[in-house]
Amino acid sequence: MKLRLTLGAAAVLALGVPLAAHADVAGEVKQQCGSCHALDHDYAKAPTHERAERKAPPLDYAGNKFRREWLFSWLQNPVRLRPAGAFPPAHAKPSADGDVVDTATLAKHPVLDAAQAGKVADYLMTLTPFDTLIKAETYQPGTIAQRMGQMNFGKFKGCDGCHQDAPDKGGVSGPELYTAWQRLQPAFISAYIAQPAAWDPHTMMPVGDANTAAVHKLANYLKLIGEKQP
Amino acid sequence: MKTLLLAATLSLVSAAALAAADSGKQLYAVYCTQCHGVAGNGKGINAAQMAVQPRDHTDTKEMSARTDEELFKVIQHGGKSINKSVLMPAWGGNLKDDEIHALVGYLRELCCQKN
Repeated sequence: MKLRLTLGAAAVLALGVPLAAHADVAGEVKQQCGSCHALDHDYAKAPTHERAERKAPPLDYAGNKFRREWLFSWLQNPVRLRPAGAFPPAHAKPSADGDVVDTATLAKHPVLDAAQAGKVADYLMTLTPFDTLIKAETYQPGTIAQRMGQMNFGKFKGCDGCHQDAPDKGGVSGPELYTAWQRLQPAFISAYIAQPAAWDPHTMMPVGDANTAAVHKLANYLKLIGEKQP
Repeated sequence: MKTLLLAATLSLVSAAALAAADSGKQLYAVYCTQCHGVAGNGKGINAAQMAVQPRDHTDTKEMSARTDEELFKVIQHGGKSINKSVLMPAWGGNLKDDEIHALVGYLRELCCQKN
């Protein structure tokens, strides 16, 4: 009995270290990241125009969205993924040729060292409120011909109106998609294309009417162009 | 007295509801300006890369030729629904009917600013 209690206490103590560390990281992330990134889903209950107040993408479902290895790497070398920021109209200014992105208004993301990046990435990967959406996803990565994928992305579905499928090719209000495959989980890509508002009710991504096969074709195109990136 | 109190309460409730609801202008800023421009002139930040140029919502003549029903339909079901470009997405899955009506109302403000 005494041995059992001792083992139990040892187990609690052993478990207690990572739990405490986890709680510390959660607090740090809330303090360091929470002023720009949403870390809970409360924004979903607010009126739509809360979207205009966002300084950065929400991270409350980061663990369902990102690849851990990409997060770890990007946090150490944060390059811009959204050419016009998290809320593009806030960074658009009129010019003689039409609106242009006012790059002077775009904030830079802080750079983390490897130890910090590892801790933050590990913590963000624990934020998985949408496991059910991921589990319901049937997407199995496959192949698509470049030409067909490109036509589907542009001419047929109009994704290039807002997104770039190659550097400097396509719209600038959405995140670049030629690096989507490296940073996003395949199931998330498919689930988000199919039902973006299920993840974020104030998304600026239209809820389309593409059937499952069409969604998977788009996901395969992102795989194709993503795998060609360095 | 009871009637007065009730009227006052109802008026407070409706004022709060109005404050919480998104106006057509706010919805336009979120969903439309990236293509149609912050001034609504069809020259948004995405327009330069588009094969078909977005509609200039300040063009009184063009906009007057569209009924409110047509505008509602194209916002809800996208450009394809009126044989126009797929670059105009269907927003019916993102916006409720009353929000689309609010957008149509704002389009009418935009188109008439020149008058």
